[in-house]
Amino acid sequence: MGLDKLDHRADALTRTWSGTHGDEPFGTLDLRLTDTCLRDGSHHKRHQFTAQEVEDVVRALDESGIPVIEVTHGDGLGGSSFNYGFSRTPEQELIRIAAATAKRAKIAFLMLPGVGTKDDIRAAQDNGGQICRIATHCTEADVSIQHFGLARELGLETVGFLMMSHTQPPEVLAQQARIMVDAGCQCVYVVDSAGALIMEQTADRVAAVVAEIGSQADVGFHGHENLGLGVANTVIAARAGATQIDGSVRRFGAGAGNTPLEAFIGVCDKLGWTTGVDFLKIVDASEDVIKPAMPEECQLDRMTLMMGYAGVYSSFLKHAGNAAERYGVSGAQILLEAGRRKLIGGQEDQLIDIALQLRARAGAGV
Amino acid sequence: MSKLTAAIVGPGNIGTDLLFKLRRSDVVEPRWMIGVDPSSEGLRIAADHGLAVSHEGVDWLLKQDELPDLLFEATSAYVHREYAPRYAEAGIRAIDLTPAAVGPAVIPPVNGTEHVGALNVNMITCGGQATIPMVNAVSRVTPVSYAEIVASVSSVSAGPGTRANIDEFTRTTAAGVETIGGAAKGKAIIILNPADPPMIMRDTIFCAVDPDADTDAIAESVHLMEQAVQQYVPGYRLLQEPQFDGPSDFTRGMRRVSIFVEVEGAGDYLPPYSGNLDIMTAAAAQVGENIARHLIEKGN
Repeated sequence: MGLDKLDHRADALTRTWSGTHGDEPFGTLDLRLTDTCLRDGSHHKRHQFTAQEVEDVVRALDESGIPVIEVTHGDGLGGSSFNYGFSRTPEQELIRIAAATAKRAKIAFLMLPGVGTKDDIRAAQDNGGQICRIATHCTEADVSIQHFGLARELGLETVGFLMMSHTQPPEVLAQQARIMVDAGCQCVYVVDSAGALIMEQTADRVAAVVAEIGSQADVGFHGHENLGLGVANTVIAARAGATQIDGSVRRFGAGAGNTPLEAFIGVCDKLGWTTGVDFLKIVDASEDVIKPAMPEECQLDRMTLMMGYAGVYSSFLKHAGNAAERYGVSGAQILLEAGRRKLIGGQEDQLIDIALQLRARAGAGV
Repeated sequence: MSKLTAAIVGPGNIGTDLLFKLRRSDVVEPRWMIGVDPSSEGLRIAADHGLAVSHEGVDWLLKQDELPDLLFEATSAYVHREYAPRYAEAGIRAIDLTPAAVGPAVIPPVNGTEHVGALNVNMITCGGQATIPMVNAVSRVTPVSYAEIVASVSSVSAGPGTRANIDEFTRTTAAGVETIGGAAKGKAIIILNPADPPMIMRDTIFCAVDPDADTDAIAESVHLMEQAVQQYVPGYRLLQEPQFDGPSDFTRGMRRVSIFVEVEGAGDYLPPYSGNLDIMTAAAAQVGENIARHLIEKGN
């Protein structure tokens, strides 16, 4: 059966991106896409983006029609540190450059309560950031209340991230999403930080969040490729009611990378879903601009597969690799132990402790 | 030895755990427990132990004929800021376990006896109590240009106060890393982990030092500090030997010292995993005792 014979109505989305966030230069969209290679990709890049790279990437994405571009240290505002890696270029400068470069796209930034502070949010807005994305572990939404309050006061658009969503059942995510929305969040993302969700699990979680907050706020999905399911999970999330979608062109993100946004855009074209992005332009951008900015392609290999399999936070990848090399132990073993200890995003420091323990165990011949 | 009398304001988890610790003191006698909720379990426990209790708040306490020598504030920063002037007026010395930071900050093994004459002292945060001693252990040996602490605590041990004011936690802790830890610049990160069974509090302390700093001297100082903290928190322990990493592009050319600790609580009232709360109450009890000894020596 040729693709042109497919009945597009069977794939029609039940919801359209609400576009309730002020004037949109993109018209009516079925899905609103956010490219996060300049934030999630910061992990893969070990936070070494240059001003020129950010300018080039933003220009290419903007010209392709990507409506939202996220720019921040991988671990959010204030993430530049020993624990997560120091930024080569201050993130606030990168946000300023991105905002000055984008003609249509809005610039989003991420913050994690406990790492960044309200002052960082103010600075990001001063530098031209328009969308404040606040991430918490998916059981700890109440730590974000004061930040959502401030962001709305400042007139920023708000997005909430429920990280490591695979660890909790749909009803817990729905309750946590409710806390964020009551605090002023306008879109809650189900975030598959470990790339561990399998399609039906994604659909159930997104549907539960839509049922809880759908009348008041958007629902989004952020995927990772650690089990190779980024696009599949994202399609099913959209069918379950997610209208804001994250991805990174060329997968440029933590772990095995994010949902490859250019592939997803092609899929949306096939399904008749409007994203406002020109497929041919984004494919060119991937090849000509994104690829040169990447230290290497994001790979589905032993380490990244282990993350999806053991349910480990994707940005642990480089840190586990560093600790494995430094102490002469197996990086895959470090990741498995991180999963066993139920570490969550932010606990990169514990990977060193795990490596030292593995070395001691090996030395003792156990 | 005679004892000074003390009131605990705030009969929640912290206040109740503090009660158990003060009951073991040679120099401080907990005599009042004050709350605002008649059904408080902490008030009931205090009454069972023979304390005078009231659910009518600090106003009740301040109307009594006999006032405490010391007052431990275990409510919220908001409450403490409001009442601190009245404690001072009444000549009551306040040990503040909230992040109100009305008085100077105290970390027992670093500056525990420095402010014994102050009318109000502040205990910073649980993360600060667990990590600032180690920053100081490094900075007393060699200059620390930057220190960063990562505190991981179990979700169930992080109360509504911490959750609603997580920015205050990071800011107050980072300031303490500088002023008491001795780092030129400080940063604090806190993680709430919901793992079940709950994880024991863990802290990592990273310090940037000169490339030619004496690593043996740093390691020795760190071990001595571990022993000093163990004097009042027996479950405070180094998980690993201090780690030293040479300067690289990823450390901005600094040499990095990494110190890993675990804080297991004494299990007085709170479960042992909540070492973050235990180190706070244990440190406050220490500071209260230091003040009491000072006053007793002075002849009260």
